This record gives sequence, C-alpha cells and structure tokens, in this order.
Amino acid sequence: MALTLMKGSEAIAEAAIRAGARFFFGYPITPQTEIPEYMSARMPEVGGCFLQAESEIAAINMVYGAAGTGARVITSSSSPGVSLKQEGISYCAGAQLPCVILNVMRGGPGLGNIQASQADYFQGVKGGGNGDYHLLTYAPSSVQEAIDIMMFAFEKAEKYRMPVLFLADGIIAQMMEPVEMPEMVDYKVDPEKKPWACTGWKPGDDPKKRGVINSIYIDTESLSVHNEELQAIYAEAKKNEQLWECYKTEDAEFIITAFGTVARVVKTAVDELREMGVKVGLFRPISVWPFPYEPLRETVLRDSVKAVLDVEVNEGQMLEDVRLAIEGGKPVEFFGHLGSQFPTTGEIKSKILEMKEGK
Amino acid sequence: MSVVFERTQLLTDKQFHYCPGCNHGIIHRLVAESIDELVKEGKLEAGNVMGVAPVGCSVFAYDYFNCDMFEAAHGRAPAVATGAKRARPGTLVFTYQGDGDLASIGTAEIVHAAHRGEKIATIFVNNAIYGMTGGQMAPTTLVGQKTTTSPYGRDEAWCGAPIKMSEMLAEVPGAYYIERCAVNNNANILKTKKAIKKAFQYQLEGKGFCMIEVLSTCPTNWGLNPVEAMKWLEENMIPYYPLGVKKDKGAE
Repeated sequence: MALTLMKGSEAIAEAAIRAGARFFFGYPITPQTEIPEYMSARMPEVGGCFLQAESEIAAINMVYGAAGTGARVITSSSSPGVSLKQEGISYCAGAQLPCVILNVMRGGPGLGNIQASQADYFQGVKGGGNGDYHLLTYAPSSVQEAIDIMMFAFEKAEKYRMPVLFLADGIIAQMMEPVEMPEMVDYKVDPEKKPWACTGWKPGDDPKKRGVINSIYIDTESLSVHNEELQAIYAEAKKNEQLWECYKTEDAEFIITAFGTVARVVKTAVDELREMGVKVGLFRPISVWPFPYEPLRETVLRDSVKAVLDVEVNEGQMLEDVRLAIEGGKPVEFFGHLGSQFPTTGEIKSKILEMKEGK
Repeated sequence: MSVVFERTQLLTDKQFHYCPGCNHGIIHRLVAESIDELVKEGKLEAGNVMGVAPVGCSVFAYDYFNCDMFEAAHGRAPAVATGAKRARPGTLVFTYQGDGDLASIGTAEIVHAAHRGEKIATIFVNNAIYGMTGGQMAPTTLVGQKTTTSPYGRDEAWCGAPIKMSEMLAEVPGAYYIERCAVNNNANILKTKKAIKKAFQYQLEGKGFCMIEVLSTCPTNWGLNPVEAMKWLEENMIPYYPLGVKKDKGAE
C-alpha cells in the first residue's frame, strides 16, 4: 500500500473514522485543534456527527450520552482540557462505557504552554478522576503507531467496557510523517453485542434488558460488588493488554526507559552510542496502563545490565513505575527536562557515558 | 368491562423514595403519561424514548421511568442528552433536572443545549432549595428564605436575587418553547401535563429546545407540612416565578 504524508492530528482523526467512530465531541485547544477541524469536515462525509461543545466538560458528557447508545465515540483535547474532562471520564469508567479519549499533552501545570510535554502520565495512568478505576492507556511514539493503535482501540474499549486513553504529545499531533492508512471498518451498533446499551427497550420487554447507563450504586454492598467487577476486568486487561518494544536490549549494559516521542530521541542516542561501542538498549512501554512491569523486570534483571536510565519530559513520572518493576534490583537514574523542553540525543549520550564512567 | 383508567406503562413498579408532600411523584407521572399517550396516538414508536436523570432528589429517576435511561453527572444532563439524541436522532429524549442541578452547576450545559436548539426536552423542577443534600441555598432560593447555608435568610446584597431560568432561556435564540407551570391544584396539574406533552410533540416534529419549568414544594427542607408547603409555594414562589408561556415559536 502506498504511503501518504500526513499531519499527525489529521492522520489520527482519519484513523478514528476508519475504525468506525461516527461521533466526535470536542473543544478547540492547542496543540490538537486540527483534530476537531478535520472532524468537522470529515464526519459529514461519512454520515457522522461533529459537534463543537461549549466546554470539555460538556464534550465528555456528550461522549457519555452517545457511547451509551452503543455508538463508537471519540473526543480529543490537550492537558488543561483533559483535566476538565476528568469528571466525565470517571463517570464513563463507572458506567463502563467504551469510548476513546485523546490527550495531546502540552506543558503544565495550569495553562503551562502549548509545546509538547509528558507531564500528564500520572493523570492518565494513576487516576485523574475520582474512584478506583483505570483506562486502557497507550503512548504512541509515531504517527503510524497512533493509527495502528486506533484501529484496535474501539475493539479493546468494547471488549473490556472501559474507556481508552491516548497519551500522545504535541509533537505527534503536529509533525508530518509518511503513513499507511488502513481500510474503513464497517461498524454498526449490534444490540446483541451491546446488551447494556440504550438501543430501544420498550415496556413489555425483559426488564433486565432495559438500558440504564449509570455509575451510582447507593448501598455499600452493591457498590462493593460493582467495584469488584471492575477490578476483575482490570486484572484481565493487565494480563492480556501489555504492549512494549525492546530495542537492542539483548546484550545491553544500560537500559534506557522512555515512552512516546521521547523514545524516538532515545533510539537515535542508542544507535549513536552503539557506534561508539557502548552497549545500550531501549525499553519502551506502548501501553502505559497496563504497565509492562514483568517484561521490563525481565529485561533489566539480566546479568549484562548494569544500570537503568529513565528519560522523560516531566519530573520523572513513569520513573515510579520503572522502579516498581525493578524493585531495587538494579540502580535506576533519571534524566529529564521539566515543562516542555525535549532532551537531545547529545544530552542522553552524555548521561549514559557519565553512568558508564561511574560518575 | 371497559378500562377507564390504568397505570402508565412508562413508570416501573418501583416505589418512589420521595418525601411525603413532594411534587416529584406527580411530575413523574405527567411525564410518563405524556409519553404513553404519544405512543398510543401513533406519534412515537414504543422504545424510541431515552431519559436522563440528574443528581439531586430525582437521582434515582432511572429506576422509575420505564424506558432506556441515563444517570448523568451533576448538571450535565443536557450534554448527555445531546450525545444520546445525536446518536439516535429519531428518539424522544428528555432530561429531568432540579434547580441545583440545572440553575447552578449545570448552567453552561442548559444554556448551550438551548443555544444549539438541541432537539431535546427538559423538565425542570424548581423547589427553591437543594433537597438531596439536606436543604442548602440554591440560586433559586427566595430572598429572605432560610436554608442550612443561608441561616439568616438569603441576603440579596451578597447572594443576588433568585435566578429566573425560564425567562433567561426564553431569550436564547435556539429555545423553541419555554413554559413555567405548577402542580399546586388540579387545573395547574392539567396545564402542566399539556405543556409537557406539547414540548414532546415539538421535539418529535424536529423543532428546537423545549423546557417546562415546574414549581414544586419541598416540605421536608422548608420545614412545613405538605399543606403548608403548597400554601407557601402559592404565596411566595408563584408571585416571584410567574406561571405561563415564556416563549412558544410554534404559536407565533
């Protein structure tokens, strides 16, 4: 298939449509505004609905309403907007609504800036909204990977009845890359496959099948049962849905951990260090929830590995999961920039060389 | 023997949790009967109904209305209804919201649903107080009215005068039909039913946003018995919140 040069945000939006999304609710915010712009032109062409909501809060609640009918629904935003969506995300998780949420991360806290950042890792994988819940969370490192993940995101969301979060960043949304765009998926709501959805129950039908999209369980026992069911689903997702990439880790003395676009900078640094004779490799979680704890642990606890370097554009958020995976088995260092300044290959190389020299 | 009256099918058999003298029970029945009648009249296909319950005293309305239902976050019912309606445009979609939900935390969602001319109907039950949380001041609480968060009475200088949502929304271009009703006597109950049914009919005809505000009592949190509460509503609420049609594009 021919490759097409596409801007990240437009490619991701098109992939969502190809994956069957027919409803987009969103609000403009840099650096992801090209997604709603693209959707506003494209949705009418495929018989879908684009709606520019009055706020991110309204947008995620529109997602709740449309997803409750069984439709494939997507919303996108960037960090401060995703903060606003947290209320609705928690409700979607509680009501077990499949949907896809894109966070094109920018610098924070607060208004921060409009450049790419990775500072919403905690918000994405450690909660964000209230309650014991998780989102299937993916951190693509290229436009193609974002497209590929989108093509199975709705299926995963529907399989586990939980929202999927894309933890992308401003670079993926803003850069252009050659991509292969998959064929259009033919998706139609099937009430048999989504018996929980509001698809037209009427008096006289089986009362148990009435659509009730809800996250309230007022007595302690039923809320406890509901949460146990959610945790059982999360346990299943943890078992089946871990994704990661190992790059030149087989004989590595140093393992660098990184996610998203930062991992691409790391890859270049790995290649250049290898040319200098330094045995270094990259471990890149693709699913950051569920986090690939065991695969990372196995990679790092090999005899050849002397130390681990975690590289991020934040204060070291994924670093906590890296340390949890390794459990003190090997020394772990951190290199990162705050705000939205990306590390260079030169900086990463210097840091590894320092570690090699035992500084 | 011919049946002259039967219980509406649009209510489940679940017993209401509402306090004695609360008006929610009457209003629920009017909503359900209106839907039932539209189905029987052949104007609406059975099953093509979705309701959205709020946060507040009617938070469990999804247990009472016998159709596909959503329970929304506080104030967000119009956004949830928007998503549901866009996904299934051929359905009748209604939200059922109280004054804390609609006139305070959910003002953005209700104003913009009206602004877009969203083809949904909102049943807005205004009892001038937060009921479920135990009687706090609402934006609709009358000046001087004592609540648990206005123990000296609502002070207009600090809290403003009570907000009139129907009058405000009537000014929004996308609003098609707005009427304020009450269920304090038989005549007004019939008027309320007529208004709710008209709002639903407008929606089925593809017209814009409709809202029926229904003034209601809260004997428990007003500290009055049901009879006194109804009298208080008539003497205090109706003069400030005048009943009647605020906007009806269909009648223009």
